Amino acid sequence: MMHRYMPMTEADREEMLNVIGISSVDELFADIPESVRFTRDLAIKEAKSESALLKELSRLAAKNADSKQFASFLGAGVYDHYKPIIVDHVISRSEFYTAYTPYQPEISQGELQAIFEFQTMICELTGMDLANSSMYDGGTALAEAGTLAAGHTKRKKLLVSETVHPESRDVVRSYADGQQIEVITIPQKDGVTDVEELKKLLADDTAAVLVQYPNFFGQVEELQAIGELAHDNGALFVVSSNPLALGILTPPGELGADITVGDAQPFGIPEQFGGPHCGYFAVTKKLMRKVPGRLVGETTDDQGRRGYVLTLQAREQHIRRDKATSNICSNQALNALAASVAMTALGKTGAREIAYQNYAKTHYAKQAFEKAGFTVLGGNSHFNEIVVDCKRSVKELNKQLLEQGIIGGYDLSLTYAGMENHALFAVTEQRTKEEIDALVQEMEAVHA
Amino acid sequence: MHNENQPLIFEVSKPGRIGYSLTDLDVPEVDLSALLPNSLVRKEDAALPEVSELDIMRHYTALSNRNHGVDTGFYPLGSCTMKYNPKINEAVARIPGFANIHPLQDESTVQGAMEVAYDLQEHLCEITGMDEVTLQPAAGAHGEWTALMMIRSFHEANGDTGRTKVLVPDSAHGTNPASATVAGFDTVTVNSDENGLVDIEDLKAKVGDDTAALMLTNPNTLGLFEEHIMEMAKIVHGAGGKLYYDGANLNAVMSKARPGDMGFDAVHLNLHKTFTGPHGGGGPGSGPVGVKKDLAAFLPKPVLEKNDGVYTFNYDVPQSIGRVKPFYGNFGIYLRAYTYIRSMGPDGLKAVTENAVLNANYMMRRLEPFFDLPYPQHCKHEFVLSGRRQKKLGVRTLDMAKRLLDFGFHPPTVYFPLNVEEGMMIEPTETESKETLDSFIDAMIQIAKEVEENPEIVQEAPHTTVISRLDETKAARKPVLRYTPATEEELVKA
Repeated sequence: MMHRYMPMTEADREEMLNVIGISSVDELFADIPESVRFTRDLAIKEAKSESALLKELSRLAAKNADSKQFASFLGAGVYDHYKPIIVDHVISRSEFYTAYTPYQPEISQGELQAIFEFQTMICELTGMDLANSSMYDGGTALAEAGTLAAGHTKRKKLLVSETVHPESRDVVRSYADGQQIEVITIPQKDGVTDVEELKKLLADDTAAVLVQYPNFFGQVEELQAIGELAHDNGALFVVSSNPLALGILTPPGELGADITVGDAQPFGIPEQFGGPHCGYFAVTKKLMRKVPGRLVGETTDDQGRRGYVLTLQAREQHIRRDKATSNICSNQALNALAASVAMTALGKTGAREIAYQNYAKTHYAKQAFEKAGFTVLGGNSHFNEIVVDCKRSVKELNKQLLEQGIIGGYDLSLTYAGMENHALFAVTEQRTKEEIDALVQEMEAVHA
Repeated sequence: MHNENQPLIFEVSKPGRIGYSLTDLDVPEVDLSALLPNSLVRKEDAALPEVSELDIMRHYTALSNRNHGVDTGFYPLGSCTMKYNPKINEAVARIPGFANIHPLQDESTVQGAMEVAYDLQEHLCEITGMDEVTLQPAAGAHGEWTALMMIRSFHEANGDTGRTKVLVPDSAHGTNPASATVAGFDTVTVNSDENGLVDIEDLKAKVGDDTAALMLTNPNTLGLFEEHIMEMAKIVHGAGGKLYYDGANLNAVMSKARPGDMGFDAVHLNLHKTFTGPHGGGGPGSGPVGVKKDLAAFLPKPVLEKNDGVYTFNYDVPQSIGRVKPFYGNFGIYLRAYTYIRSMGPDGLKAVTENAVLNANYMMRRLEPFFDLPYPQHCKHEFVLSGRRQKKLGVRTLDMAKRLLDFGFHPPTVYFPLNVEEGMMIEPTETESKETLDSFIDAMIQIAKEVEENPEIVQEAPHTTVISRLDETKAARKPVLRYTPATEEELVKA
């Protein structure tokens, strides 16, 4: 058969069979024992033409409610932010997206340099000494931070705040389980990590304290105090951080973090039903040789020209094999590129401005909710999310909001006991005052 | 000298330039220093670049011109399946109804996306011969680990807690032993025999009641089909272990043999390889895992189900190994894979395998006279040459790989698998034309001649790239992992 992705003609095949010295392609499969040979046709859908398939899949896509048509107040780790249009133009250059891992630096300088720049931008935002080339996502990056800490301290207990994203905590537990590491939850109090409880839980077998900044409830944790407690007990301090928030918040690196991880999705990466996004992993110098995944470093060629290579590979799975402490092989290079372009477009002033707008809009929403008689958790130390007592089932509320073209907040009763009727609303810079007002009014109306 | 350097984006930055367009704030301004504790308010802006939109586009266009992708030229990187990345995939992934949907929306508002995921699971079950598939793992290595965690849970659920070992052939991908370690197992290496296949006697000697699983790539990394697979399955199953299939090389056997029919209990697939991901310069990937019925209870949660025509995520999976990734895997990548499978259909996928294997065998036979071929039988989708002969003349495989760059080709995977001296692992894929294969073969033959007649030209290659061989020792010894602006003192020196 001929197909647009396969150029071999019948004549080509004949010539090639001749060179090989066989008469039929089947002979090349003769080593597959008959007992396991698959002889029928695969029972999968027949091929469709380009137009027919595009039409079918467009119809399927139209069944979904997307954030271009609806005003979305859903966040909880994935956000609808300004995506500079230039991002897609850059990542659509197929020299980037059809390349593999840059194992041949002479013909991969573009990718390597782009990643080197990504590493630098992550360092700038987080205040850490170095960052790797990216991880699968924020959740698995946090999990790898936990296992790194256990390996580094040779201790087997992780203390994870209840205010860390519930799905990330699940992933931390799964990873820890593989290596017989115990995961203990630090309870929250009023939406932030309960420091008194943390003091009681800390012991000389604690490998690390893991918190989120801003946390799952949108509250900005007082990192320094938590970090000091961790360090006093010889534990590492791990912070999972939304990098966009760091446009206005003090970087974790200045507040004692040994490892800062997170997801760069807020920078130019679409929601995509939860993935692929782009984890980042940044550390202090002392942990440089423990970092999982790929690192790009600067060097020179024999003529003194500056160039970039994958470096410190002795840490990685393909060299260490069963001595490896992480099995990560791929990264999220294309999404790291997208994030780099978005961070570059925003630049020094835009990174501050967008973070500031997120704060201001959320603050406005908080006041609007309070004015309308709703209770909002916590004071003013929030970033782009707030917890609101909706005074009724969030599931029901969201159904009614949807009819008004609004995607409501995250139903906290799904993951937190005692948070019935509470929703987590995300208010990014993309939400207009009108949309915020409409949300509050709609909730008032529903309540009345 | 320095003007030859491609500037970093930070070096073209100029204070005051901007490249963004934010809407003016339509709510009252706030005073952060009054609302947030002083210690939490950032004092100094992150030193991100200050550039115009055209600066950005020129910068990244220049970088892309310093990068080789499949769209640039032939990329026969063994075990990586560098096939053409169809453009319809990119178009589909950018449809707003797929690109801009939130993972935590009410299920009723994402039925279209869930239908894609479910139908893909069904397709992958049929292609692999497995009973259930999870799309959650983000990449191949992540899938390996996921499946091993399930196998561990399976044994533990049977009260079988002494199974601490995972058997891995010496030709395996590096991720196999690493995944086993990260999943809490000890790795035992099984040797290959003189035909490049798993040594059955060695397997028999090493399998036992402490065996949790055997991890196997079939065809293996030499591109050879493990003919004794059923016997191996019998040995491992007989000892109470499970059989794990590394799907990195599935492009070689689609429609010809299915892991599920070969006795495998679990399989991971690299959708970014066989199913046109794309590779993205190193990721994102997607690494679904398929399992047989007796492992299904341990799948990561949530499990995607279809009930009365409605798609739902089932979180009530009591024996699940838990979550391996937030949300539901790399949807944007498996959506592309789904688009590819639907573009190919059953006949197309069969032709993929046949053409991929034909291309590899054609290249192997044409190159055989010029290089050592340690395993001379027919190969599958890839084959491994040895540069032993050339090494004796003082030219290493690495040199030949670098010389290929001068011909505009991406070199094969080199020094892998570990059981071939000076190995060159070549995987052409089915999307390349005979003309392309011939021009690559001609280049290889010319290089073999150069090794005999003019070895310096090979040893000093590449000669035509934007940069020559880089000092990797320096990079590792004095790591520079981020840009730091030159201090005034350094500027004066320069």
